[in-house]
Amino acid sequence: MTAPPRVGDRGIQTAISSATATASTTRRGPSGSRIASWLIFILAMLYFFLPLVATLEFSLRAKPFGAAYTNTLKDPQFFASLGYSFVVGLITIITSTLIIVPTAYWVRLRLPRLRPIVEFVTLMPFVIPPVILAFGLIRSFSKGFLPLAGSQRGSDVLLVAAYTILSFPYMYRAVDTGLRTIDVRSLTEAGHSLGAGTLRILWSVIFPNLRVAILSGAFLTLAIVIGEFTLALYLARPAFGPYLQHLGQNASYEPAAVSLISFGLTWIAMAFIALLGRTSRGAGGRVEVGGAR
Amino acid sequence: MSFLVLQGIQKRFTGSASAAVEDFNLAAEKGEFVSFLGPSGCGKTTTLRMIAGFELPTAGTITVGGNDITHRPANRRNVGMVFQSYALFPNMSVADNIGFGLRVRKRPKDQIRKRVGELLELINLPDKGGRYPYQLSGGQQQRVALARALAIEPEVLLLDEPLSALDAKIRVALRKEIRSIQRQLGITTVYVTHDQEEAMSLSDRVVVMSEGRVEQIGPPPEIYNFPATPFVASFVGTLNLLPAVVVDGTAARISVADQEIRGSRPVTTAGRGRVTVALRPEAVELGEGGGENRLRGTIEDVSFLGSIVRTRVKIADDATLSFDQFNDPALTPPGIGDMVTVSFPAEATLVLEGTTSPDAAIEQAIAES
Repeated sequence: MTAPPRVGDRGIQTAISSATATASTTRRGPSGSRIASWLIFILAMLYFFLPLVATLEFSLRAKPFGAAYTNTLKDPQFFASLGYSFVVGLITIITSTLIIVPTAYWVRLRLPRLRPIVEFVTLMPFVIPPVILAFGLIRSFSKGFLPLAGSQRGSDVLLVAAYTILSFPYMYRAVDTGLRTIDVRSLTEAGHSLGAGTLRILWSVIFPNLRVAILSGAFLTLAIVIGEFTLALYLARPAFGPYLQHLGQNASYEPAAVSLISFGLTWIAMAFIALLGRTSRGAGGRVEVGGAR
Repeated sequence: MSFLVLQGIQKRFTGSASAAVEDFNLAAEKGEFVSFLGPSGCGKTTTLRMIAGFELPTAGTITVGGNDITHRPANRRNVGMVFQSYALFPNMSVADNIGFGLRVRKRPKDQIRKRVGELLELINLPDKGGRYPYQLSGGQQQRVALARALAIEPEVLLLDEPLSALDAKIRVALRKEIRSIQRQLGITTVYVTHDQEEAMSLSDRVVVMSEGRVEQIGPPPEIYNFPATPFVASFVGTLNLLPAVVVDGTAARISVADQEIRGSRPVTTAGRGRVTVALRPEAVELGEGGGENRLRGTIEDVSFLGSIVRTRVKIADDATLSFDQFNDPALTPPGIGDMVTVSFPAEATLVLEGTTSPDAAIEQAIAES
């Protein structure tokens, strides 16, 4: 039997969900509804976990037991390429944040009419394939004032620049959504009235309140950088993507082990973000501006 | 010389045909409490934002203490602002919010701590310094916002409808607190509101605005008793308008629904000519003790408004009259449908000649008052 709607904290939500539950229960009957829910849940879980279980099972076929994992962890190239991609990812995140946060903030505050244009520009990486971006960068920066493609350090810079562009759709959306949860205009004006300049407001007020949004964008950026293959290959950088591809061509069980290890790392990163979101006091995790309680 | 001076201020937003603010002039003395009163869209907040530096006037000048600040950036004006939405920094504790302006000014840490402590005492939240804004009630958040604005010792304090998000009881308590703090510190204050009671009870002077223009500037009693324009008369308080016919103009004898009363002065309109009688509700009393003029009618509505009871009496089909009585336990208000007599003095009976529309009647009432 459905509990009566409770009015209090989240009373309306409770009432709505109870009412919805009551309505659906009345239509399909209690047992039918429960079976359908479980069926959908089981199917979703199978769709999600079956490939992982299959990969795990395949990776464990290597003899002796667990050899694929020990071989991977013993390979110095694994850590070198993963470390390289991780460092490139971090620099990309910092660069992207420094470009996107002030841009999104300024567009929201002063140039709301430019928002569709900025949104379109940030979506360009979805339209232009990475291979075109790679060849464009190589052609533009091989000669002339900035022959970056001619040196290793220069290619690193090009790779970070290209990854920064690839991160725009994820970073911009995450930051823009974060900005929507705070009263940017009032907070900025309050800061100005107290004597602060725009940079001070960005650093002391806007950035801390976007912490979780920036972390979400950062996580997606890191995931893309770790798995990216095309740009790193054409710019001849020792990243994790080309290493994984090379491994796939020359070993049988190790690629499956590497996939699972990188999957595990992804989950750890997600848990880290969730933890930060939960422990953030007021900022980002629980932003309330002007809410009477 | 006045402390805060707004001279010929005009504001036109790009793409808008009409001006948001037109020819706004105000000279406020040091320590004065001035309220901008008017309906939504009348330009009161835009004017306040121009003083704060968030909007640039299209024309005119703003001076504070003799210094022209018209084009000075908001962060160099030393003008404190309290927002309707509180605008407390969610990532900072109450103490950090209050001390923010002082940190920007690079004051020593112990000085900041001392000042924050003083302000927490001033707003009666001495033990809430470590809390975050979301852990406070609306009233407490607004008090913190006030303390934050005061921390920088601003030359002018601006409050943009600071109480409109709060419930009625807290609103009244907080407005007393704001006025008391303002008096204590002697800070020149500009307060924006659409609530006439708030403006009347708080201010030394009220600026009534409509459609971007100043309608009247004056102390609250002057605004109420001597409205300068029809808008002020209709926006501030209420006015009863009753159709009447002249019985004897020289003797100021007129008739409302065949009941004869006397006006405050002789009437030039010829006998049987149509006129309008204007009466403030507070001039009218239930019974025969309110003055020589008496009207009989039927009670149409009785509303309890807390401290007062507002009663509407139907004198005739086209004539209704409202009056207020103080609510006390001994008061027995009449029932709907009861026949009653109301009375009022001849001096309060303003006869408006040659008017047909209520607006024209109000205009004439003002001209004659």
